[in-house]
Amino acid sequence: MRKLGIYVHIPFCIKKCRYCDFLSFPAPEEKKREYVSALLKEIEREAVYYKDFTVDSVFIGGGTPSVLPEGALEELLETLRQFYRFCSVSGKDTEDGMEKEALLRHTGKGPAENMAEPEITVEVNPGTVNRKKLESYRRAGVNRISIGTQSVHGKELAYLGRIHSAEDFFRTYQDAQETGFTNINVDIMAALPGQSVEDYMDNLSQIASLKPAHISAYSLMIEEGTPFYEWYGEGRMEGRTLPGSMGMDGNGGPVLPLPSEDEEREMYECTDAFLRKKGYHRYEISNYAMPGKECRHNVGYWKRKDYAGFGLGASSMVDNVRWKNLSDMEVYIRRILEKNESVREEISRLGIQEQMEEFMFLGLRLTEGVERKEFRRIFGRDMEEVYGPVMEKLSSQGLLETGGKVRLTPYGRDVSNYVMAEFLI
Amino acid sequence: MSNTEQNIDQGKIRNFCIVAHIDHGKSTLADRIIEKTGLLTSREMQAQVLDNMDLERERGITIKAQTVRIIYRAKDGEEYIFNLIDTPGHVDFNYEVSRSLAACDGAILVVDAAQGIEAQTLANVYLALDHDLDVFPVINKIDLPSAQPQHVKDEIEDIIGIEAQDAPLISAKNGIGIEEVLEAIVEKIPAPKGNPDEPLQALIFDSLYDSYKGVIIFCRIKEGRVRKGTEIRMMATGAKAEVVEVGYFGPGQFIPCEELSAGMVGYITASIKNVKDTAVGDTVTDARNPCKEPLPGYKKVNSMVYCGMYPADGAKYPDLRDALEKLQLNDAALRYEPETSVALGFGFRCGFLGLLHLEIIQERLEREYNLDLVTTAPGVIYKVHKSNGDVIELTNPTNLPDPSEIEYMEEPVVNAEIMVTTEFIGPIMELCQERRGRYLGMEYIEETRALLKYELPLNEIIYDFFDALKSRSRGYASFDYDLKGYEESRLVKLDILINREEVDALSFIVHADSAYERGRKMCEKLKDEIPRHLFEIPIQAAVGGKIIARETVKAMRKDVLAKCYGGDITRKKKLLEKQKEGKKRMRQIGSVEIPQKAFMSVLKLDDK
Repeated sequence: MRKLGIYVHIPFCIKKCRYCDFLSFPAPEEKKREYVSALLKEIEREAVYYKDFTVDSVFIGGGTPSVLPEGALEELLETLRQFYRFCSVSGKDTEDGMEKEALLRHTGKGPAENMAEPEITVEVNPGTVNRKKLESYRRAGVNRISIGTQSVHGKELAYLGRIHSAEDFFRTYQDAQETGFTNINVDIMAALPGQSVEDYMDNLSQIASLKPAHISAYSLMIEEGTPFYEWYGEGRMEGRTLPGSMGMDGNGGPVLPLPSEDEEREMYECTDAFLRKKGYHRYEISNYAMPGKECRHNVGYWKRKDYAGFGLGASSMVDNVRWKNLSDMEVYIRRILEKNESVREEISRLGIQEQMEEFMFLGLRLTEGVERKEFRRIFGRDMEEVYGPVMEKLSSQGLLETGGKVRLTPYGRDVSNYVMAEFLI
Repeated sequence: MSNTEQNIDQGKIRNFCIVAHIDHGKSTLADRIIEKTGLLTSREMQAQVLDNMDLERERGITIKAQTVRIIYRAKDGEEYIFNLIDTPGHVDFNYEVSRSLAACDGAILVVDAAQGIEAQTLANVYLALDHDLDVFPVINKIDLPSAQPQHVKDEIEDIIGIEAQDAPLISAKNGIGIEEVLEAIVEKIPAPKGNPDEPLQALIFDSLYDSYKGVIIFCRIKEGRVRKGTEIRMMATGAKAEVVEVGYFGPGQFIPCEELSAGMVGYITASIKNVKDTAVGDTVTDARNPCKEPLPGYKKVNSMVYCGMYPADGAKYPDLRDALEKLQLNDAALRYEPETSVALGFGFRCGFLGLLHLEIIQERLEREYNLDLVTTAPGVIYKVHKSNGDVIELTNPTNLPDPSEIEYMEEPVVNAEIMVTTEFIGPIMELCQERRGRYLGMEYIEETRALLKYELPLNEIIYDFFDALKSRSRGYASFDYDLKGYEESRLVKLDILINREEVDALSFIVHADSAYERGRKMCEKLKDEIPRHLFEIPIQAAVGGKIIARETVKAMRKDVLAKCYGGDITRKKKLLEKQKEGKKRMRQIGSVEIPQKAFMSVLKLDDK
């Protein structure tokens, strides 16, 4: 049976954060309900394409999936199970999906401990869930919770335009733990405006002291079309040194400067060193996990596993064809509910060359890198034959290790874009 | 109307032009005149009929002379033929302006009621008076709140010395007072003279290449007549051809007619292949019955400013060559010859009348021919006197002989006139001093305004002098110049080294005293333009092998993409592709990749 990851997009949030350029927006309850019914219908009508697949990871992301009306998320998982074959505890795939009882018996353990069990992640925002909601998620089969807090400093949270306080985060974390979730991820962001290296490290150590199974640590990016872009523009790209006072932010306070490039790099290096001491390992450029707690779904992206995306603007890749769902909410709903038509857009079949490019630049995100053997198996050619000169150049620049597995050096990781762009043919 | 052609009464013809400072409303007035005389309804008029090219419309300037014939029924009940010759409005095209003026018998001087007389107004009106044109003023933009028509009238009388008290008060934009202007044209501009029975003598004031008709000569018939079949000869170039068609200018079209005779303005086609044969200022005569002597004032137009132009994509070299060839068909002032640069590959050294001309050609190459160009710093023609007595006219800095072989060098110098309100005299004088200007004098035009006279080296004003002038006078200064001649000067070649390699395309000639300042600014500019590499890159400016300025591009430390949400790999790949694409568009100098725009950014080193 071929494995499949499923991504479900929930494009709703309570309020847009100032750095956020994802497909996410506030909406009235009525609209959310309408969206969910379209989503369920999409999941159902797409099922016919996935008869030969077994689902081994589900990721419900957003936006903030936890702002859905009560019961909606549970219904979503129910529908997925109804129409898709999930890998089961016994290793035996049943026609109508996995039985709840069997699943419940095993939710106490992480998916890695039992590869036969699918990893089912839901993203939540602090302050949008409570014990009751979390318990219901767990009963529905959710076994991994990803909490996007980004910071535990009130000032920073307010500046980012987030809706929650640090206390909200700690309460949500505790609730998740007490509900029985053991596989918890926390998102943290580095290089926030006005943030010193010490501020950041305090954030990190407060989060690490909770001992979550997984930590995602990203740098803040200034994306076009966000309030932050208005304030900072692309100055960010040019070494990040910006004047201290550049006007007022949305709350009438001063616009804070972004940390310098050197500070940001220091944050990166400290993250690695600090989390290593705490027992985490960095398995991807920005992701740290306790042993065996790597996010199976995300690793699938880097290893080019097949995945189906459902919902507004969701991306998919199956059989080396990539596509994206359309991203206009009204059109999405009408296409599905009224016309019963496909919502796929931007469909492109990847040629061998593109597949090789992806194999390299996605695989190199992982600490373990890429294997020549695997390249040869998939493409029938030696990696050296295709990328020999590039690898040699990057290796001589101290960016790539080419001895055994091919992987980024620590410096190569710092300038990974530069390295990855080299693998585009 | 075309039936009346044959018996045109010379006394009913008015050949005139409009002179004005830029933005004072010349083209708008031309539009209104055309509209009022009923040739086009305002619905048919695209704003500013006479400015043909998009570029002209966008920049609000006239680049090529435009001409139109209009029929006007005057209050005396008679029909008059107006030939309106619109002249280019920029100092780069001074010679063309002077030839257009020579084709006229009179001129309308448009002065902005709020701004009054400006440097260009003066330069143009003196040019018109030099050509013995009868000039009458109109005061435009009288509906502006800041208009001071009486004050401007007095100013015109005091400064220029022409009668202005009965000048029409108009608003070309809003169509006020146009009737009065039309009547004034009839009354104040003299009818042409000239005898149709004398041998043909016609002045070429413009020409353009048309792929069907060949070269179309724009001319004013001074004496004699010309018609289909006449064998004509260009007296300066010697080119001969048989006339295929003659005609006059309708708005936006050529209207053929039987004959052009003394006093008329029109066009001639004669299967001529190249505008070089029909130089502006040349005299057309009848090859079988030539006039005794050519009309005065012909001169060969020389390029004043040179720069290298290279295709951003080396493979487009043949396209660039073809495009230049085509542009030259229509622009006798454009020069080009192939050259090679270590940094930029194959390209052309091109000569222009001035910086505006350069910019126009560059923009036309990019827009009309879809070429992506890299341009090197513009320079002037230096005269290098070698110890062995040879004199080299240097257009490319890299060809400068070894200093040991140079006796001395000369550079072109211009006489400049700058009109400025008194509060900005200080900053403008400072600017001229910085640009090695020699102060000649100052005249107070009125209490609040002065005309500054300077001698300035041409190479100091071809960069960003206009911009600097505008910014230091808050837009109030205006400027005009003409070439004075060559003078000896202490000049050096400034070289730029990137990662210790000399980049030939960035070298230029500069006065010894400015070398340090310029070198420093170039290094600063380049530092901002060159992306970080994996290693540190020194950028140095050097004169004669001696380093005079240095900057450093620090090594790249971080370049990581953020989170990849929901498996949107396509977006991530697009970013990487953009990065890769950016690299493709760079020039490799040693191990350093330099973006194309770095070569351009050093052209504008404006002071702050």
